Amino acid sequence: MPEAAKPKESKNIRIVKDATCTFCGCVCDDMELTVDLDAHRITKAKRACVLGRAWFYEHTLEDRPVVLIDGKEATLDEGLDEAARILVDAKFPITYGLSDCPCEAQRVAVDIMDTINGNIDTTTSVCHGPSGMAFQGVGESTATLGEIKNRADLVIYWGGNPAESHPRHFTRYAVTPKGMFIPNGKKDRTVVLVDVRKTPSTPVADIFMRVKPGKDFELLWALRALVKGKKISENIEEQTGVSREVLDDLVERMKNCQYGVLFMGMGLTMTRGRHFNSGAIYSLASDLNEFTHFVAKPVRGHGNVTGADNVVSWQTGYPFGVNFNRGYPRFNPGEFTTSDVLARGEADAAMIVASDPASNFPKKAIEHLEKIPVISMDVKETHTTRLSRVRFAVATYGINTGGTVYRMDDVPISLRPAFDSPFPTDQEVLEGIRQRVKKMLSGSKARVAA
Amino acid sequence: MPSELKIVNGRVYDPANDIDGTVKDLCVKDGKIVDSVSKSASRINAHGMVVMPGAIDIHCHIAGPKVNLGRKLMPEDHRLDVHPKTAVTRSGTGGIIPSTFATGYRYATMGYTTAMEAAVPPITARHVLEELDDTPVVDKGFYVLLGNNAFLYKLLKEGRKKEFKEAIAWWVNSVHAYTVKLVNTGSDELWKGRKNANITDVNERIDHYDITPSFVTESFIEAAHELGLPHPPHIHCNNLGHSGNISTTLDTMKAAQGRRAHMAHIQFHSFGGEMNKNPVSGAREIIDYINDHENITTDVGQVMFGKAMAMTADAPLAWMLRNVKIDKWVNADTECESGCGVLPFSYQESIYTHTLQWAMGLELFLMSKDPWRVLLSTDHPNGGSFMNYPKLIRLLMDSAYRREALQHINQKAVAKTVLPELEREYTLNEIAIITRAGPARALGLKNKGHLGVGADADITIYTEDEDREQMFNAPRYVIKDGTIVIKDHEFATDHKGKLLHSKPGYNEDIATEIEPFFEDYYSVKFSNYAISEDYLHEHEEVPTNPKS
Repeated sequence: MPEAAKPKESKNIRIVKDATCTFCGCVCDDMELTVDLDAHRITKAKRACVLGRAWFYEHTLEDRPVVLIDGKEATLDEGLDEAARILVDAKFPITYGLSDCPCEAQRVAVDIMDTINGNIDTTTSVCHGPSGMAFQGVGESTATLGEIKNRADLVIYWGGNPAESHPRHFTRYAVTPKGMFIPNGKKDRTVVLVDVRKTPSTPVADIFMRVKPGKDFELLWALRALVKGKKISENIEEQTGVSREVLDDLVERMKNCQYGVLFMGMGLTMTRGRHFNSGAIYSLASDLNEFTHFVAKPVRGHGNVTGADNVVSWQTGYPFGVNFNRGYPRFNPGEFTTSDVLARGEADAAMIVASDPASNFPKKAIEHLEKIPVISMDVKETHTTRLSRVRFAVATYGINTGGTVYRMDDVPISLRPAFDSPFPTDQEVLEGIRQRVKKMLSGSKARVAA
Repeated sequence: MPSELKIVNGRVYDPANDIDGTVKDLCVKDGKIVDSVSKSASRINAHGMVVMPGAIDIHCHIAGPKVNLGRKLMPEDHRLDVHPKTAVTRSGTGGIIPSTFATGYRYATMGYTTAMEAAVPPITARHVLEELDDTPVVDKGFYVLLGNNAFLYKLLKEGRKKEFKEAIAWWVNSVHAYTVKLVNTGSDELWKGRKNANITDVNERIDHYDITPSFVTESFIEAAHELGLPHPPHIHCNNLGHSGNISTTLDTMKAAQGRRAHMAHIQFHSFGGEMNKNPVSGAREIIDYINDHENITTDVGQVMFGKAMAMTADAPLAWMLRNVKIDKWVNADTECESGCGVLPFSYQESIYTHTLQWAMGLELFLMSKDPWRVLLSTDHPNGGSFMNYPKLIRLLMDSAYRREALQHINQKAVAKTVLPELEREYTLNEIAIITRAGPARALGLKNKGHLGVGADADITIYTEDEDREQMFNAPRYVIKDGTIVIKDHEFATDHKGKLLHSKPGYNEDIATEIEPFFEDYYSVKFSNYAISEDYLHEHEEVPTNPKS
């Protein structure tokens, strides 16, 4: 567990109340930060979880250049000029990432890609992209987290381990808090966990269902059938690892609860079945509304990945994997999602904002990323920044900058910065690039619809 | 752009100033209508053209979480209707829920320069403001959903009307809304708390609160009156879409007790007949009441055949529709504030209820005695896209076209209406009232909906055409804030409209009452809830007129 570095005695202390942690999709906005303004660091983050503390304590001001071009230090203007030139010269420029910066920056990034007929994609394509696709197919019955706090008496987590990935999901929103109609907190709720193995989240659950790896869809489909009073395979236990008795018991609980919720993690979206799994869980929740009130919700990872989905959707009509090559947005996951665009060797320039594909994309995609000019914006050095032609060191959102972030339940929250940074914000860098790109393309060079 | 403009020789329809088709010149300077301009002013020769103020949509759903859910839900719709960029405008996608940029541009291409988003849960208002900022050309505002608000219900239950009024003002100020919106009052608690139940009667007690929808409505109308909001409570009645709902609608209008109230999409609330049986038209009863009561304004919420999308804070209604034809369906509960339902829908000529609704809407328009109070809307996208407005205008202006349309629809439904007997044809002046002057007056927008000196220079110039659909579909020029945005049917420049909002005065002590409730029942901190002015961008505060 990270600990704050022991601060030297400083009198230049600032307290920031109700600050927001942007580490994960919980976006807890009840932090009380103690900031040592001389040391430029947060020394205490009251109410933060273990991940939040690491986030707040580790983001200090590092002594590194704002801009590196081909590894050499350059001015911000030089960096912006070079970035704009790379994008304008490219035939198939792409932007990727965006889930760890505020909406204000995301909006500019989409505009740049619209201007240069590029491709825009966010980390959604490698996390809950399948849930976005499932949503397009079947819709979703959902709720804000406060509603779940106030009303949910049956809470089911499927394919996730919030104790380690979203530690305050249990305590702030869905399991232990007391709510309007849940006066005794956890005592008034039944918690079910479905996963392929025991995890640190398991002890929270009243009921643990261990599903065979890769059999989530079969199990969800069986539950849908049972909810609707249909027959299911007699070999269900053999197929899925869960006995008929356990399933019948869960079905009764789901149909008879007052307000139920199904939370899904990436154990569903990034395993066999992907959007079929998400679609099955959405459909199960919708079906259950014929008996009671039921909602479902993906437990989103990055601090503002939900904002990225919203921004890209309102500007283009589609949530991720959007291509502007023809002068208007087109959506096709698998075709316009970044790992695919890179693995096929199509992109000839990339702008990576607040993410590190070079550390977690498939090998072929990374190999291509190494071959093309890359512009990166990040608060820390990463595999991606190291292979970039132009690297911008930027201020950390929520710690050094304001802006808007959407919690996993689409609730928008404004950030309260803790201390100033000499580094520019993502938005400022993107604005600078946009301005230059528009200028370079003004007049006859404007890229209009093909 | 030059700051001075003169539009000469146009036939001007400016009903607020009693100008009905007179050929006259208009002068524009610095975004406003003025008496005269210098000789160097640029000129538009509008000879043979029709000049009107920019149109105003008083009720539509164009921005925010429910709209974005609807947008995300329909990729198949977007790909059939792409919206390419131009040298001056952004790209986007269309369909029943266009992207934000396409929404603003498409409103402009029909001569609309103002549009009001009609239903926003306060906790999501930041999202709405961000989307509205990305909705170009038009001026815009939104109505904040308070009619199912748990804290306000608590105050009403405790009989604290004064604090209730202060809290409403706090909410309007905190989220920068234009006025308050009530939707299926009382239903949220039953929907979320009693396994998807719904309110069926305005005098039913709401679970846990011991108050009735009727009392809630009456209290809002009274509070809004005292606060002097520029537009009164915008009310979506209980029992939307249920046969026999006219009694609910009439009861709701009576709850206004002579004070101003706006009844949203009244067509959906004008069903005669008996609950759970086939509806018949109740348009006559409803429009008679409205004709006789000057305190009531309404927008019709016309349904148009073709694609639509149910998008509403009335979650039980969306659930009812979902069960008619099981397809994709979205439900979204907002803590302490609202419910929401979204699903694709289509109105079909062969279906009895759809045809009946189409005919009822037209009956309401054609039997209205006061165009200033019975305004044009399709409740976009609920009754159909706002892109249907030109067709709807033709239906109102052209009785032969209407008769022709009547031939091809469900005749059993037609027989339950008096539509075939209605020969009335709206005049251009009346169209200017139901799309411009009327909405401006109902909204309390003194600088809009007319072309008198001092008005915002939001002007539409149409080439006169016998085919009114064609005419209203493609204005020759659209001028927004004095800037020629559309010139010869093409975008000449991009333009950013402004946010319209009101700031009713109140006693700030009420915040200390609201805060503990937040700590207990909301999932965001009270101090992070109110929205800073940074989110307003270009904006205009529309004055209130408080009663002492």
